[in-house]
Amino acid sequence: MQELIETQEPGVGEAPLAVEMRHISKAWPGVVANDDVNLTVRRGEIHALVGENGAGKTTLMNILYGLVRPNSGEIFIDGKVARITGPRDAISLGIGMVHQHFMLIPPLTVAENIVLGREPGGTFSRYQRQEARARIADLSKQYGLHIDPDAITGQLSVGQQQRVEILKVLYRQAQILIMDEPTGVLTPQETGELFVVLRGLVAQGKTIIFITHKLREVLDLSDRVTVMRRGKVVGNLITRETSQEEIARLMVGREVLLRVEKTPARPGDVLLRVDRVTADSERGLAALRGVSFEVRAGEILGIAGVEGNGQSELVEVITGLRRATGGKVWLGDRDITNLSARQVRTAGIAHIPEDRRESGLVLGYTVGNNMILGRQRWALFSIDGILLRLKQILNWAVRLIREFDVRAPGPSTLARALSGGNQQKVVVARELSAEPKVLVASQPTRGVDIGAIEFIHRRLVAQRDAGAAILLVSAELDEIRSLSDRIAVMYEGRIVGIESPEVSEERLGLLMAGASPQQAEAERVARSTEGAAPAPLASQPQAAEAEPAASPQQADAEG
Amino acid sequence: MFLSELGKLLISGDLWGPGLQFGALLLLPALGGVISERSGVVNVAMEGMMLTGAFFGAIVVVDTHSVLLAVLVAMLTGGMMALVHAFFAIQFKADQIVSGIAINIAALGLTGFLLPIFTNGEGVATLHAPLTLPNLDLAFLDHSAGVLGFINEVFLQQNVIFYISIAVLLGMQYLLFHTNIGLRIRSVGEHPQAADTAGINVRLIRYLCVITSGLLSGLAGAFLALGVAHIFNPNMTEGRGFIALAAMIFGKWKPWNTALACLIFGLGTELQYQFPLLPTTGIGIIDTPLHSTPLLAMIPYVLTILVLVGLIGRAVAPAADGLPYEPGGE
Repeated sequence: MQELIETQEPGVGEAPLAVEMRHISKAWPGVVANDDVNLTVRRGEIHALVGENGAGKTTLMNILYGLVRPNSGEIFIDGKVARITGPRDAISLGIGMVHQHFMLIPPLTVAENIVLGREPGGTFSRYQRQEARARIADLSKQYGLHIDPDAITGQLSVGQQQRVEILKVLYRQAQILIMDEPTGVLTPQETGELFVVLRGLVAQGKTIIFITHKLREVLDLSDRVTVMRRGKVVGNLITRETSQEEIARLMVGREVLLRVEKTPARPGDVLLRVDRVTADSERGLAALRGVSFEVRAGEILGIAGVEGNGQSELVEVITGLRRATGGKVWLGDRDITNLSARQVRTAGIAHIPEDRRESGLVLGYTVGNNMILGRQRWALFSIDGILLRLKQILNWAVRLIREFDVRAPGPSTLARALSGGNQQKVVVARELSAEPKVLVASQPTRGVDIGAIEFIHRRLVAQRDAGAAILLVSAELDEIRSLSDRIAVMYEGRIVGIESPEVSEERLGLLMAGASPQQAEAERVARSTEGAAPAPLASQPQAAEAEPAASPQQADAEG
Repeated sequence: MFLSELGKLLISGDLWGPGLQFGALLLLPALGGVISERSGVVNVAMEGMMLTGAFFGAIVVVDTHSVLLAVLVAMLTGGMMALVHAFFAIQFKADQIVSGIAINIAALGLTGFLLPIFTNGEGVATLHAPLTLPNLDLAFLDHSAGVLGFINEVFLQQNVIFYISIAVLLGMQYLLFHTNIGLRIRSVGEHPQAADTAGINVRLIRYLCVITSGLLSGLAGAFLALGVAHIFNPNMTEGRGFIALAAMIFGKWKPWNTALACLIFGLGTELQYQFPLLPTTGIGIIDTPLHSTPLLAMIPYVLTILVLVGLIGRAVAPAADGLPYEPGGE
C-alpha cells in the first residue's frame, strides 16, 4: 500500500516552507478522506496537488482553509504551528482559496463580492462604495486583473468571475493561494490567460497550490507535484523530472492508457439529422438559433464548446425533453421532432444525460431497477407493462454489472451507495445495452475516475464500431479530441464550425470563444508570424513570454 | 350616491388615520420577516411571537403598572420565541416552516394556558391610561381643518409605536443596503458558503437576524394589546402575523415595498369597517355587510397570491432562504 515515491530534491528545495501539513487524517462515517497525509509546499512555488475524484485533494485543502476540521494532524504555516478552526483563521494566516464552484454572490456587484467580510471601515461602518472601488482599482493594476467593480457578478462570464475570485483572495492579502480545479470551466484561451496570471503572482512572491486532474496542466504550470490516491499521498515529484505517464500511474495505481485506441471511422448512412433546429432556454431566451448537422452510422460527432452555449438544450431537443420551436430532427428517414422522450427512446435513441444524479439515476432505487429505467415496459421485464418480472430484471442486472464492471455488492444495492464512477457505469450500461441506433452521450465521464473514463471511452468506441451513430457532448476538450471523428463547435446556440479531430487546440479555442472560422484562421496565421502571446490580460512580461512556448507543445502532445 | 360617498371616504382622515395604524401594526412583524429571511431563515412564526408579546405585555403592565417595562418584556418574550425558532432552524437544521408553525401553535396554547393562571381565571380587564401606550396629541392643532387637519388626524395623532415603526423602517432600509453588516446579512441569505469562505460567521448573523424578527414582532404585540385594543384576548392577533408575512412577500423582501404593502393592507382592513357604513350600492349581494366584509378581508391574500404567481412582478426570495447551512464537506 505504502509505495511512496520520493524524488531527491535539488534546486527547488532551498526555499523555506510556506505550508507544512503533518499526519492529517479525516474520516466521515464510511469514508476515509485523508489518511495520514503529509504535504509540504515551498514559498514561491506552484505546487500541483493531483489525484482522481474522491482522492481527498479537496478535503485536504478544505482542512487547510478551515472549512473542515481534521480528526488529527498538525499544520504549520511559515514554520509556525497554526490553529485553523475556520476560514477566518486561514485568512488571517494569509491563506486564500478559489473554490471549484465559485463562492460569489450573483446579485451583488463585483466590488461587494470582493470586499465582503473585510469591508473598508470595519463591521459597524457604513458601506463605503468609493473606498471599495478605489482599493479594487489598485489591486487590478498591481496584478493586471481588469474588471468593472460595479458590474453585477452574476452577469459576468465564467472567466471574469474567476478573476473576481482571485481578486477577492488578493484583497485579503493572501500569500498562499489554493486554486481548486480552476480550469474546468475555461476555454483554452482563458486557461492560457489564467496561467499567465498565476505565473505573475508567483513572480510577485505568492505561493500557489493548484488542484487538478489534468495532467498536461500539471506539466505546464507546476514546479512540484503531490499525488494522492484514496486519501493517501502516493508520490512527491519534481515536475521537470516526471511525465504524464508516471503521474497517471501513481494516481490510478496501475499503468493506464491515456490515449483512446481506435481505428479510423467507417461512416455509413446518415442516422441522425438535425436541421435548422431552434429552441428556447428555461428563461425563454433563444438557446438554439438554427443548429444543423448529421451523424452517420459508425462515427462519433463531438460537440465542443464552453458550457452554456446551447449544448444542453440541443441534447434535450433531440431526446424529447425540450420542445423545438423550429426545424426538424430526423432519425434515419423518420421525423422525430418533438416526440416525447418515451417515443424517442422507443424509436432507437439512447441518452446518457449530463447529470447522472439529477436525471440519469433514481438514487433511491436499486442498481437493478436503475438498469431497466425507461425500459420497464419491455416484454422482457414486465407482463403487459404492468407486472414486473423481478427474476428477469435481476438476471439482466447481474449480467450488466459483470459486463460493465460495476463495482457494486449486487443488483439490490441502492444507486446512492455507489461511487460516482460506478453510478456512471450503471447509466452507461443501461443505455448501451438497449443497442441503440443513435447514442447521445452528454458529459459521459464527468466526475469519474481515470479507470472508469478509460472503460467508458472504450465502450463508446466499441458501440461506434458496432454501427451506432454517437453524438458526444463534453466540456473536456481532450475527451472530444480523442474520441470524435468530427468535431462541431457550438457558440451561442449555433454550430460555428465542423472540424477534423486533428485541428489545433488554438483554433478550437478561438471557435469556442465565438470567432468565425475565417477569423480563427486569420488570427492563427497572424499569431504564428508575430509570435505574440494569446491576448494576455496580465502585464507581467516575463510571465507572458512563457506562454507561446507552451502552446505548440500542448498541440503536439495531443495531435 | 354610493360612489360620491366612497370617494369622500377614500380621502378622509377617518380611513387613513386607522389605516396607517393597522399598517404600522403589520409593518413591525413584516420588517422582522424581511431581516430574518434576508439572512436565509424562513420565518412564519411572526404570528406566534406577536401573540406572546401581546400576552406578556398585558400581564406585565397590569402587574407592575410600568408601560415601558411591559414593552421591553413583550419584545424579549417575542425574541425568546424567535430564539427557539433559530435554535431549531440553525442548530438542528429543522424544516423552518414546520418549526415556525410549531411556534405559532405553541404560542396560542401557551398564552391560552397561562392567561387564567396569571389572572386568577379572570382574564385581563380593559386597560386604561396610564397603563396604555399613548397617542401623540399636539393640542395646538386640535381645531385645524383642511389639509393641516388631515395631516394632523392622519400623521400626528398616531400611537407612539407608529413613530417607532417608521424609525425601524428607515433603520432597516439603511442597515440592509447601506452598511457593511447589511451586505453580510444579504450575502448569508444568498449564498452562505460564499459568506463563510469570506470569513463571515453565518450562524451568528442568522441568530441575530431571527432574534431581531422576534423583538420586532413582540413590539408589535405590545402595540396591539397596549396601544390599540387596550386588552388581551386569546388569539387576539387574528392572523396579523400571517398578513405581515404576505406583506413581506408582496414587498419582495424589500423594506420600502413591504411598508407600501402594509399600508395597502392596513387601508384594506379599515375599509372593511367603513364599508358597511356607506350608502347602499344597489347591487344586492354586496350591500349585505355579511358578504362585503369577508370579500374585502380577502384583499391582502388575493394580492399576495397574484404576486406569488408573478402577475404583479415576480417575487424572488433570497436564494438560500429556508436552506440550512452545512459547512464543509466534499
